[in-house]
Amino acid sequence: MDATAMPTFYRRIYPYKSIFLWLNHEHNPTKLFTHREFAFTLPGDVYLRYQSFANAEEFKKQLCSMTPTRFEIGPVYSGRPRDRKTLRPSAFVPVQRELVFDIDMTDYDNIRTCCSGAAICKRCWGFIAAAVKVLDKAIRDQFGYQHLLWVYSGRRGIHLWISDQEAVDLTDDQRKAIVNYLTVVATSKEASKHLNVRSNGALPSLLSNALLDLGTIFDSLILKDQDLFAGEQAWLALLELLPQSMRGTLEAKWSSGEKNSSAKWDDVKGVINGLKSQSPAAFNTALAAMEDIVISYTYPRLDAEVSKHRNHLLKAPFCVHPGTGRVCVPVDPSEVDMFDPAAVPTIGQLLQELDTIREGSSELPQEHHNDWEKTSLKPYVDMLDKHCLRLVEEARHARRGAPGKYLTVLFGRPY
Amino acid sequence: MLKARTVRKPTNVEEKSSFDEHTFGLEYPHRLNFYDRPPAFDVTLEEFETAALDRLRVLAEIESSAVRGRSWEETKSVTGEHCNKYLPLHSSTAKYIDRDAERRKDILGHFVLRLAFSRSDELRQRFLKAELTLFKVRYDDSDMGEREAFSESRNFNWVKVDDEEKKAIRSQLFSVYSGPKATREALFKQETYLKVRWTRVPDLVSHRKVFLKGGWAYVPSREQSSIIFQEFESHLEQALLLTAKSLPRLDEDTRLDPILTNLSKGFLAGVASGWNDDQTDKDHITADMIDSLSKHFPLCMQHLHFKLTKDRHLPHFGRLQYGLFLKVLGLPIDEAIAFWRRSFSKITDDEFNKKYKYNIRHSYGLEGRKANYSALSCSQILIPSNKDSNWVCPYKHFAHENLSTALAARYQLAGTDLSEVMATVKAGHPHVACTRVFEITHAAQGIKKGEGIGGGESVTHPNQYAAVSIELEKASSGTKTEAMVVD
Repeated sequence: MDATAMPTFYRRIYPYKSIFLWLNHEHNPTKLFTHREFAFTLPGDVYLRYQSFANAEEFKKQLCSMTPTRFEIGPVYSGRPRDRKTLRPSAFVPVQRELVFDIDMTDYDNIRTCCSGAAICKRCWGFIAAAVKVLDKAIRDQFGYQHLLWVYSGRRGIHLWISDQEAVDLTDDQRKAIVNYLTVVATSKEASKHLNVRSNGALPSLLSNALLDLGTIFDSLILKDQDLFAGEQAWLALLELLPQSMRGTLEAKWSSGEKNSSAKWDDVKGVINGLKSQSPAAFNTALAAMEDIVISYTYPRLDAEVSKHRNHLLKAPFCVHPGTGRVCVPVDPSEVDMFDPAAVPTIGQLLQELDTIREGSSELPQEHHNDWEKTSLKPYVDMLDKHCLRLVEEARHARRGAPGKYLTVLFGRPY
Repeated sequence: MLKARTVRKPTNVEEKSSFDEHTFGLEYPHRLNFYDRPPAFDVTLEEFETAALDRLRVLAEIESSAVRGRSWEETKSVTGEHCNKYLPLHSSTAKYIDRDAERRKDILGHFVLRLAFSRSDELRQRFLKAELTLFKVRYDDSDMGEREAFSESRNFNWVKVDDEEKKAIRSQLFSVYSGPKATREALFKQETYLKVRWTRVPDLVSHRKVFLKGGWAYVPSREQSSIIFQEFESHLEQALLLTAKSLPRLDEDTRLDPILTNLSKGFLAGVASGWNDDQTDKDHITADMIDSLSKHFPLCMQHLHFKLTKDRHLPHFGRLQYGLFLKVLGLPIDEAIAFWRRSFSKITDDEFNKKYKYNIRHSYGLEGRKANYSALSCSQILIPSNKDSNWVCPYKHFAHENLSTALAARYQLAGTDLSEVMATVKAGHPHVACTRVFEITHAAQGIKKGEGIGGGESVTHPNQYAAVSIELEKASSGTKTEAMVVD
């Protein structure tokens, strides 16, 4: 990447106003912005923490003068992060932070056949798309949050930022609770392969509600697109998850010949259906095992540590990914299936677009502040602006309506 | 006489002065208490202190239960015993007992400790945790009637789920029951549900024990204790912060300040019931006595002593751990400097003065911020507040072979004794192992298994171990001399 790229990007393209409004929830700077930590990664891997700014202009000025390769957003502290050294330690603690989630392709490595490691293609995006759909629905329906912003991480993952007031105010313990609630598939290597989420044989409502969606995803993504159970190792792993009694029959069917995954899954269903008349108990166990398989191959895999603490830093939207040059753009969850990571604008492409405008127009080359409007970044910034509009609207409502009885009932704080 | 605090008189005293069946004619109608109202009665300074000390004993035992990883049942029974001993609190239906007096003491003790423990963040957190456990223990002990009366007496801001709504989400709520269909039906029918924001029941959410919809948690009535506990915790947390803010005004009362300071110090050092590291009435020891006293030390200190003698040096954390232990044991500053100077025999005077003297003086509160550091308790050694701290508890940090060699070398442990201690260590109970070693090595002084360092208590502080050991020796040599005189 050429050395002038980053300065130009920050000077002409980065949407400061939108980012400011998104963090601040209103037009006048509040503690949500002024007490917020930003952390810069400068060229040569210099890491600069505890930056904070009084307003959007200062924010821009600093970014333009330091031109970090990327920067991260942290919590709102009880004091200004840049005054940290003059404050007592007890007067400088994280108090608020958007509730964030991180889903990374690496956690799917053992179940994707198309790529591995850092590589990602349109096909593996299917895993991310599935995760986004399931998680988005669960959080909206069950936790009642509405201000969800999904942001492509620039390479092979996606971040979720939840800005509802209640979510911003969550304590670390509450964050741990929601993460535990939502974590179903353990991603660590030592974890048992079997799911262990049932109580008294029944799935928690979190999963029974999602099962229909997961089934569709399993069918199209795991069986058809990835054809995951084609290889011997993969179908042996599948057998492990089924009741002992069924394994022999299936192994005999699969060890010779080249059946695709859908055919194998049909075999599984066939054997289970056969049990129905013989032994209802065995049938139920096998059915549960089948549901568990669907869940463990399709349920979102969360990077739990990111969400648990308010003071975790997460890369800001619209940063440039240093490896790929792609901008971390917001993603519309309702159209996540159409999203193509390879089609996301890169910094090089954006700067070229700027150059073309300059050449095309007869006016003198002038420095504009919101030049992103003339680039292919526009739809993405518009998406964030729309999100901000709803946030600002709600903040206005909250300020107007006195926090009376309703809030007391809501949060149980009669003081 | 002392007026603990002037507040307006609780209103319900007047309202409910006549006997009615809900309050049993009591001034404090509930055994359980959220401590909303500070005590508005006159107390003597002595009552002030005793109420606090007795409560502190109970809370200290709760803390040590947590450190020792006791199960909930164990914690409950141990705490219950301590409560009966120091802080009895009978149910409203109890007869022939002055329930109001018990409750007054309960309230007084709580508020005194609140004053003592609101001064730092660490103290607040620990007090909060211990008080919450105490509340849970008492809640668990209470019968249904008492719990209901208590939960009716406060507004917990929950919404009862009406039948219509219950019916509408029946299939979602139903899945948590087990057993045949008919029993599940019956259970479901009986159950009443309360609706609260999910943020108020994080533990239930974490274990997926409640159904969530739109951010509301549907809590079955059998889990309502979760809401009550959470409410207790956040309520007390707020109250402690408020107290902390108003503390500076209190410091004007010179009668209270020393009492409060002592209380918080004792708690910080992790001192369990009765043991006090106040050195004013203790014999001073000299640098020469340390070697001969070392047989009274717990294994951690014996190890440090041995290492110091062998290497003629100790790393930073070792110096601090051992140095503070010796300080509390009664080693004055000049003797301490003499001791360390002599022990570090490989270095020059100049190097010693430059590199080590300042730190020794610092730990005695003579340099820098002049804080009077207390010696590390077992809980501080086992669970360092700063993860870089490198404290040593052989029962936790040693490799098993090394530990068993050390036990044999320092205490001549062998055979079944040794294997018993090692088994406890392998099960992950350093406290228990250390206490057992104390019992074994003091069998000659008549300490039996299970007696611990006296009265069944476990070791919670290296200084406590050493102090009790020295006491025991004095006592037994005392009887010997007496016997000789009689002869």
